[in-house]
This record gives sequence, structure tokens and C-alpha cells, in this order.
Amino acid sequence: MAEIQIKNVAKSFGAYQALNNINLTIADQEFMVLLGASGCGKSTLLRIIAGLETATSGEVWIGGKRIDHLSPKDRGIAMVFQNYAVFPHLTVFENIGFGLRMQKLPNDEVTQRVERVAGLMHIEMLLKRYSGELSGGQRQRVAVARALAMEPDVILMDEPLSNLDALLRMEMRAELKGVLAESKTTAIYVTHDQVEAMSMADRISVMHEGNIVQAASPIEVYRDPAAKFVASFIGNPPMNFLPATPAGAGKWQVSGQTFDGPNTDKAGLQFAIRPEDMAPAEHGLVATAKIVEPLGAHLLVTCQIDEAQFRVILDSDTVVKPGQTLTLAPQSDRVRWFDPETTLAVA
Amino acid sequence: MTDATAVGMSADTRKSGRYLYIASVAFLCAWVIVPIYFLLINTLSSPEAVNSFPKSFVPEFDFSSLQFFAGFEGMLTALKNSVIVALMTMVMSIIIGAPAGYALSRFEFPGKGLFRLLILLTRAFPLPLLALPLAVMFIQTGLDDTAFGLALVHTTLAIPFAVLITFSLFSGIPIELEEAAWTLGCTRLTAFTKVVLPLILPGITASAIFAFVISWNEVFAAAVLTIENRTLTAFLLQNLDTSPLHLKFAGGFILVVPALIFIFAVRKYLFAMWGIANR
Ligand SMILES: Nc1ncnc2c1ncn2[C@@H]1O[C@H](COP(=O)(O)OP(=O)(O)OP(=O)(O)O)[C@@H](O)[C@H]1O
Ligand SMILES: [Mg+2]
Repeated sequence: MAEIQIKNVAKSFGAYQALNNINLTIADQEFMVLLGASGCGKSTLLRIIAGLETATSGEVWIGGKRIDHLSPKDRGIAMVFQNYAVFPHLTVFENIGFGLRMQKLPNDEVTQRVERVAGLMHIEMLLKRYSGELSGGQRQRVAVARALAMEPDVILMDEPLSNLDALLRMEMRAELKGVLAESKTTAIYVTHDQVEAMSMADRISVMHEGNIVQAASPIEVYRDPAAKFVASFIGNPPMNFLPATPAGAGKWQVSGQTFDGPNTDKAGLQFAIRPEDMAPAEHGLVATAKIVEPLGAHLLVTCQIDEAQFRVILDSDTVVKPGQTLTLAPQSDRVRWFDPETTLAVA
Repeated sequence: MTDATAVGMSADTRKSGRYLYIASVAFLCAWVIVPIYFLLINTLSSPEAVNSFPKSFVPEFDFSSLQFFAGFEGMLTALKNSVIVALMTMVMSIIIGAPAGYALSRFEFPGKGLFRLLILLTRAFPLPLLALPLAVMFIQTGLDDTAFGLALVHTTLAIPFAVLITFSLFSGIPIELEEAAWTLGCTRLTAFTKVVLPLILPGITASAIFAFVISWNEVFAAAVLTIENRTLTAFLLQNLDTSPLHLKFAGGFILVVPALIFIFAVRKYLFAMWGIANR
């Protein structure tokens, strides 16, 4: 059992507040992805869990034990680094067996465990090589194998795939997910690639400027963003926003159209919809097409509604020319509302 | 027409520039190599040939000069002293210099910039200026005329280099390697011995050898601070006007050779220290 609990963790570097009061619980065997823009504090949080950085305040618990005062080696964690950190003076075999040798395991057990994880990561034939004789993707596999060989309670990964090319990334993504699910470890995976996050995670924690804005399943993060930041960070292209003014109880006026919305007494809200949740119709929002991009599978049209930029994804058979006027109807169950002051979602 | 002359001229200047370049290189090489070559010839010639004229340009491969050198009263003791002092300097400058280099590359601490400057500043005071007060102090503490006392002085001379070389070595090792070792069950110490040390050992050896050479070649402090336990440099200096020519040549040769070999062996790291990429 390795449930991770992060309680009120904060971290400042001098005057700079890198993490503000983070609270997060990660269930046993869960695959949690920390997602956020560069500099939002993902690595810092991961390194605090690993013990490579000390929190300014707060507690970290793993498997019901408080571990934030322990050194990295006593936390039951293993870590995969962005630049792999494969030891250049050791063979692949000795790299993978490094942690086991530190535990003073007998030779035959080391051999057996190294061979097992090497098989898992498909690097059996590389065991005699040195790091300098490996490609980036192979080094990555060694780094993961080295972490897995420890049979840790928790495996921490900091952008492990970011140095690989797109195709290899996609391959490794699926493979990693399978291997980790099989090994039954709790995993925390840092990335700024939302596709990686969506495809791998059991849950995604979206981070922004040292805060966790939302921690939820990928589909929930996508469909029901808790804040405007999440809505505009996730999705490619991201959600569209239009200002809405009150038009009676539970009714909101958006660009001349009236929609059912939340029943609040706010002076204004933001109407939000994903580009693919719009379709041409008889009645709806009137938009002027500006840029038309055929992307094969579908058609991406950037248009203008009033003053706002608005993107829609249409069927690739649709014929649209720049300058043309479109009438677009939003799929009503996909419309979301945000409070422009707090930027939080309003139900 | 004009075009042709212009092209011809530029080709001419380029050619003469090349000659100048080659000539300069040849001159610089000769500057260094010719004296060493004469040193070699005269060392490997019999005393008679050394003292006669005209001189031959090929060595005779006669070892009587070297034999005479080895048999000269006090010479072997001086040689032994040189080796002892240089070895002590080597060990001390690494023991003190390497941790300083590690700290400089791995830790942030107040006054780090000043510390780096101070390390270089130890070379800013000319030894002749320090020698007299040092001699007095050494006599007071009983360190005068001991190998250890001299090694201390040589260590202060060698430390800036030891720190700078090891600093660049440690900086070349990504901190993630150490961090990975920590997460794999190492303490700071075992991570150092199992990961960092094997990676920097060649470089450490180089900076140790460099310290050795610094001590080996140092003459001023050695001459001032020792009387009975002279090192080779100080001993040769002392006997400069009284000793025969072939002895001077042999001594010079014995002094130059280790330095040359060592510098050649560690040139890669010296270049790294000065930031020059080597091939
Ligand atoms: N040792 C440090 N000293 C000072 N500031 C730091 C230090 N480490 C990180 N920071 C700052 O803390 C913030 C968060 O850094 P962190 O490395 O956690 O970002 P990140 O989310 O991992 O970004 P990226 O995706 O680029 O890796 C950044 O603004 C960074 O400048
Ligand atoms: Mg990072």
C-alpha cells in the first residue's frame, strides 16, 4: 500500500514562492500526472516528494508514514530523470543493478531481477553496453528499468519522454503505461505535454503558478475544467470564451443569442465551449470565418464573433471560405460557464 | 586586367601571410625545443665532449655525465628530497583542493564569488615577498629545513590550480547523476565514492601530477627555506658556480624531463581548465 499524501506543502526559493500550500492525495497504484506550463512548480513538487528538495513547510506521507524528514534512499521511491542520468562509468547491467547492489542483494538475485526488468523494457541485448553506446530512447529505457528494478512503492518521473522524438514518444508512452500498470506501483509523472497527460493518466493535476488548479480524471479535466486556466490550457485548440450578460433568471445573453445558464445574480459570466462542440445550424451564434485550415481529419476554422476570436472544428467535408458568415449552434450539454472575477467554473 | 592583378595580389598576400604564420610557428617551436635538445645532447655526452669545442649536434649516448651526476656528493639526497616534497605537495593539494572544488561547483553559499577570487589571489603575492617572513615563522615553529614545511609552501602554490581543475571536473558531472544515486540507496558519501569519484579520477590524477610538477620545479622557496634538506632545484642553484658544466646539464635535464612528461600527460585537463576544446 503506497498512498501518497501531500499536506500543505509550500516552497519558496528566497523571495520567490514556487509552491503555495499544495494538498493532494494520490491513491495506491494510481497513475497521477502533474501537468502545467513551464515554471509552474511541477519538478519542485516532485523533487520534494523524492527528498531532493526540502519543502519550506508542510508534510509528505507515503503509505501512512510521514517521510519528509527522511533522506531520498529511505523513502521507498525511485526516480526517472529528464536527462536519464544513466551512470556513464557502468554498463547497462550495472546501472540497472546499482540500487540492488546498494541493498547488498546476493549476486544471483541481482542478475535475476536485472534480467527481468531488462526483458520488460526490451533491452536484454544491451546489458553489456555503456551509456555512451546507447541512443536516447535506449538510455530512457535503461533509466526506467533501473527505477523498476528497485521494486519501489512509488515511482517518480520528471518529463521522462521529453527528449525523444515524436514517434518514439508515442511508442514509449503506451509501453510505459503498460509496464507501470503491471508493476502495481504508484506513479507520479510530470509533463507539460497535454496529450501525454490525457493518454496516460488515471488522474491529472493541473498546476498553475505554484497551485494545483484541478485534480481529476482526464475526461473530467477536459469536459469540466474547474477554472478558466484549465479550459484554456487543455485542448488543442483550447476552449472558446464569449462574454455573457444576464437575461432573466437562469438565462444569459451571448452575442445576441439567449442561452440557459447558471442561476446566479452575477453581473456577467463567460460562456465557454470547445471548438468541436459547435455545428452549423439554422439558428445560433453568427460568426465570420477568417482562417480556414483543412487538417485532414477535420476542418479548423478560426472565426470572429463580435470582437472575440472563436475557433470551431467542423467536418472535413464542410465548404467554408474566408469572409463567409457561419451560423453555429453549440451542443447545449457541452456549454460551460466561468466567473470572470474568480475565473472559476460556475455550475 | 585590373581584376587579374587584384586576384594575383590577394593570392600573394595570402601566401606571404602563410609563410609568416609557418615561420612564427617554427620559431616558437625552436625557442622551446632547441634548448631542450642541447640539454639532451650534453646530458648524453661524456664530460670531455661537453667541455670541448666545437660541439656535436648528435648525442654520443655516453652516460658518464649522468653517472658523475648520480655520484656527486648530496645529489641523490637532493633528488630524494625533491621527490618527497613533491609527493607531499601532491597529496596535500588534492586533499585540500578537491573538496573546495566540489563545494564551489555544488553548493550555493554566501561569499562564493569572493572565495573564488581569493583562491586566485593566493597567486597574486610574489613568493620573494613572502619568503622572508615565512622563513622567520618557520624557524619559530620549527618547520624550517623540513620537507613538510617546504611542501606546505608548495601546496599553497599548487592549490589554486587544484581547486580550479577539480571545480571544472565536478561541474562537468551532472548533479542528476548524484541525485539518481541518492534515490537508488546512496548517502551523499557513497554517491560520491560510487559515482562521482570514478568519473573524475583521471582528472584528479592530472591535477595531482600538476601539483607534483609545480613543487618539482619550484626553486625560490626551496632555496630560502631549506639548508640541509635541499631539493634538487635548490641544490643545483647552490652549486651553480662551483659545479662543472656537465653536472649542470645533467641536473637541468633531470629537472626538465619529469615536468615535460607530466605536462604532456595532463595537457587535456589543462586545456579543459582554460576552456580550450582539445581534439
Ligand atoms: N534552485 C532554485 N532556485 C531558485 N528558483 C528555483 C529553483 N528551482 C526552481 N526554481 C523556480 O521555481 C519555479 C518552479 O520551477 P520548476 O522547476 O518546479 O518548474 P517546472 O514546472 O518543472 O518547469 P519545467 O516544465 O520547465 O521543468 C520556477 O520559476 C523556477 O525558476
Ligand atoms: Mg521541470
